[in-house]
Amino acid sequence: MTAHAPGGPAHPAPAGGHPGSARASEALQHQFTDLQQQKEATTLGMWVFIAQEVLFFGGLFAAYAVYRNMYPAAFSAGSHHLSWKIGFANTLVLIGSSFTMAMAVHSAAIGKKKRIVAFLLATVLLGSVFLGVKYFEYGEKIRPCSGDGPYAGCLVPGERFDASAVHLEGDEGRHAQIYFSLYFGMTGLHALHMIIGMPIILGIAFMAWRGRYSPEYHSPVELVGLYWHFVDIIWIFLFPLLYLIGAH
Amino acid sequence: MSTVATYPKDSFLSGGWDLKSWLLTKDHKRIGILYLLSISAMFVLGGLYAGLIRWNLLVPDGSHMSADTYNKAFTAHGVIMVFFFLIPSIPAVLGNFLIPLMIGAKDLAFPKLNLLSWYLYVLGAAITLYALLAGGLDTGWTFYTPYSTVFAQSNVEIAAIGIFVAGFSSILTGLNFIVTIHKMRAPGMTWFRMPLFVWAHYATAIIQVLGTPVIAITILLVALERIFHFGFFDPNRGGDPILFQHLFWFYSHPAVYIMILPSMGVISELITCFSRKRIFGYSFIAMSSLAIAAIGFLVWAHHMFVSGMAVYSAMVFSALTYLVAIPSAIKTFNWAATLYKGSISWATPMIYVFCFLGLFLIGGLTGLFLGNLGTDVHLTDTYFVVAHFHYIMVGGAIMGYLGGIHFWWPKITGRRYSEAWSRLSAVLIFVGFNLTFFPQFMLGYLGMPRRYHVYPEEFQVLNVLSTAGATVLGFGYLFPSFYLVYSLFKGEPAGDNPWGAKGLEWTTTSPPPTENFHQIPVVTEEPYDYAKAPKEKDAV
Repeated sequence: MTAHAPGGPAHPAPAGGHPGSARASEALQHQFTDLQQQKEATTLGMWVFIAQEVLFFGGLFAAYAVYRNMYPAAFSAGSHHLSWKIGFANTLVLIGSSFTMAMAVHSAAIGKKKRIVAFLLATVLLGSVFLGVKYFEYGEKIRPCSGDGPYAGCLVPGERFDASAVHLEGDEGRHAQIYFSLYFGMTGLHALHMIIGMPIILGIAFMAWRGRYSPEYHSPVELVGLYWHFVDIIWIFLFPLLYLIGAH
Repeated sequence: MSTVATYPKDSFLSGGWDLKSWLLTKDHKRIGILYLLSISAMFVLGGLYAGLIRWNLLVPDGSHMSADTYNKAFTAHGVIMVFFFLIPSIPAVLGNFLIPLMIGAKDLAFPKLNLLSWYLYVLGAAITLYALLAGGLDTGWTFYTPYSTVFAQSNVEIAAIGIFVAGFSSILTGLNFIVTIHKMRAPGMTWFRMPLFVWAHYATAIIQVLGTPVIAITILLVALERIFHFGFFDPNRGGDPILFQHLFWFYSHPAVYIMILPSMGVISELITCFSRKRIFGYSFIAMSSLAIAAIGFLVWAHHMFVSGMAVYSAMVFSALTYLVAIPSAIKTFNWAATLYKGSISWATPMIYVFCFLGLFLIGGLTGLFLGNLGTDVHLTDTYFVVAHFHYIMVGGAIMGYLGGIHFWWPKITGRRYSEAWSRLSAVLIFVGFNLTFFPQFMLGYLGMPRRYHVYPEEFQVLNVLSTAGATVLGFGYLFPSFYLVYSLFKGEPAGDNPWGAKGLEWTTTSPPPTENFHQIPVVTEEPYDYAKAPKEKDAV
């Protein structure tokens, strides 16, 4: 069935064959024939991973669609207890972090080491701002009922949930718990993805600072970029679905 | 062929036997063996729980154990067998070992990720076993809400976390396979020169990657509901238990294809080898795997016909369920056509092929009874369902798994096992299996519900037959662990290609070297060209 290639296993020079790409050939893992194959494989791997992430969040989005269709009034009332201004500001912060991430990838492609590091650090900084804001948003809903103010506490689903805080009674008050379950579930899972992503970005920034990446080899920067953009896109969907139900 | 086969001096096994060389290995072949050991341990445990179930059902009055213990036993049996044996079985062991060999690659695309998925499997198994052994779990493997979220007093959240973790093991394995098959094929290995085993795993990997995350999030929501009292599925707060069932079966029905597709891939390899004939309908078999993966995602709600779905959606799901039978039938007819005028030999792997064909046929056709709205209402939640899915999962998936293990054992270990003992064990398994599960079709048709601790006395005869069969089946399963282990020490060296089979994996040494091939192969021919194949070395 087979013939053997004459002259032993094919080990062509790394893609591009730059004489100065000794570091790039160091990065070639043993199971690949050349850097081009390695780059294609890792990129496809990240896209497949993102596909499974879409399905992972997809379960929650499906639940959201079903329940919002069943309980529109409770969802609208619940949404009025989020501040769309804070949410919008956070959306801008996150889009900004996507921009700095895109710049980091671009800097890697043209081989500007210091700029890779700076843009990656800026991305982590913006991500931290987002999470900090999220922390205060959560805190507001978790604290005990104050009874006044537009954004009262007691909005965590469960026994301590106080439907009067969202000015709902009876069935609708109970349905609002579903809205807040989804709110915490979806934003919490999104935040968790950022919390996982940020140390990885820091690690890659460190490797960039050590000079591991070159125009020939900078896949890790590109891949973490793909991941980060994906996490941002999830938020682009979450913001209107959770914050902008009904006219505020 | 050379006269006397010798054991190669240089192989992936000669790298050493110390613990570190195994626990930190990135070699897909060693990781496959790690999986083989771990899933075998889980299989034994799941089998013991099956024994407990059959022991209880020996008598109608349930006097052998309390109802609570019985609930925990069948839950443990289901959870272990589904999530920790059947799902990983062929892909993680044989797929892991063989896919790089079959496509002429040095390893999977991501060896470290491969090792990570084994560790995730072990971690998930450890967490789940803790839940099962320290107090137990009584929800059934299906975790239906609101029982699992509101009422169950058992270790639901721990088991849920264990299954969540193990799910990512499956996702990463699938991801690795997809990328490997796309990007790591040897020169000349075009898509339509790939072995059907690889096609089957490609289809399986798509399901693993797209289906598993949905059960991961679903089971996470169940855990969140229990731990933080969120209300995703709680009817008290307007939550919809039917939504849980939809999300659960969106994965758990395609999961059946994660179990059976790789087995079908094994059967395609074996049947053409032991018929000494080119496979009939190569591209139809390859494409039917993809068709099963695609249509398989659209049939899940046939598990819920009596759950309170709309009649119209039930009709649509019933029709789609009939559609998925078509690609399965395409495969079966092509296998039968491959046998036609073939030069059939009765080696042990081929005995498993015939077991598979008969049992899968029965399992598949009884599936149509259950996909039909009218008959399903009568048969739902009876032993008919239990018998049906055991014919698919044990009669189909495990027969294929054992056939594959016996076929590639000489390649994996470089040794031959005792043909007489392995044939005896295959026959015992076949007889024991049918005796266990055929009576359950009758019990179910007569109306005996599944998961009940007690039953009316008139069902006892059939239940005793089933338990007797389970005993035979249990002994049948014990045999391989003896003669296969024995072969490791005393077996004759197998040589590169003891079956005279086609495929790149047979062109390298047995066991293969760490880098799989001393030279990267170049493929110039279609697979399964048995017209030109060397004769089988030792006719059996």
